[in-house]
Amino acid sequence: MNRSLRLGIFAVSAAGLAALLFWSLVGLPDFGHYHWPYGKLLNAVAVNERHTTNVVGVTVFDYRGFDTLGEEFILFTAVIGVSLLLRKGREDRIPLDSARDDALRLLGLLAVALVFVLGLWVVAFGYVTPGGGFQGGVVIAGAFALVYLAASYRDFHELTPHSAVEMAEAFGVGAFTILGFVGLAYEGAYLQNFLGIGDTGTLYAGGSVPLLNWATAIAVAAALAVLFSEFMKVYVLPTREWRS
Amino acid sequence: MYLPYAVAAWLFLVGLYGVVSSRNLIHLSICLSVMQSGTYVLLLAIGYKNKATAPIFRGIHVGHPAVDPVVQALTLTDIVVSVTVVALILAFALDVHKQSRTIDPDEIAEFQG
Repeated sequence: MNRSLRLGIFAVSAAGLAALLFWSLVGLPDFGHYHWPYGKLLNAVAVNERHTTNVVGVTVFDYRGFDTLGEEFILFTAVIGVSLLLRKGREDRIPLDSARDDALRLLGLLAVALVFVLGLWVVAFGYVTPGGGFQGGVVIAGAFALVYLAASYRDFHELTPHSAVEMAEAFGVGAFTILGFVGLAYEGAYLQNFLGIGDTGTLYAGGSVPLLNWATAIAVAAALAVLFSEFMKVYVLPTREWRS
Repeated sequence: MYLPYAVAAWLFLVGLYGVVSSRNLIHLSICLSVMQSGTYVLLLAIGYKNKATAPIFRGIHVGHPAVDPVVQALTLTDIVVSVTVVALILAFALDVHKQSRTIDPDEIAEFQG
């Protein structure tokens, strides 16, 4: 399609869309004057029902756990898609680049340890204080990426071998799915909370929420590690021959 | 006060303009992230309540006004979807570049005839 024709069509339809958006948004209550019942209800009952103090976390892993199951599969499928696209017609060579500067290596590897522990902490307390499996999983994967930046691709590759991270990703998603069936078997509904609800505001709280939280953290950290290594393999070595 | 809603609509439309007019698939993936940022702002703005805290009741008694946890959970889902979509587009961009030596959507269309 002709470029100016496309932009012309966009201008007309975007004006229509803007008008519709304006019409629908002025129908919303004023900013700050929230009055939807669902969120109010969860804020009122979640802490007593599940003994978890982070209501967002318990919404993700319990009250709307089924949504999160779908989300896990979106992540899983997308990572498989990326792997298939990038692996097509490429032999498995390991790029040889590495960081040589001593200060960069030292500070970078210190940062790896710090970021990794931060990630574990964000996951572990995900249902008590702000955090959770998704957020912490991303931070942990960030520690893996720092290994590449501060050391070499080879170290990154040895720390997160392909078969192992792929298995870890499948394990995380599979564990989430199976924990749902455990809820079905013991409590009569898929992803229903099982195990006791524990003590309010401690790590021992929320029943099956901590298990789902850790399953998610493993799935997310491994999924991002797979993505990083797939993109790095394409990027680090063969860019020169592509440009020629 | 409708400013946050206007910001959400603006981000969505300006991102859409970027997607439509993009000459580079990597630029396009970033424009798509801008569009999705509009949806985050909209969701969080809908759940916002004046003089309320985050829905985390550690050190705060239950019943203290807190913003909506449901839209925050939806925003989390939204971000995960956004990341996976960007990853997929970037993988497509690499693949297309390998085959046609360009990541300009218009030239790719010409290349394929």
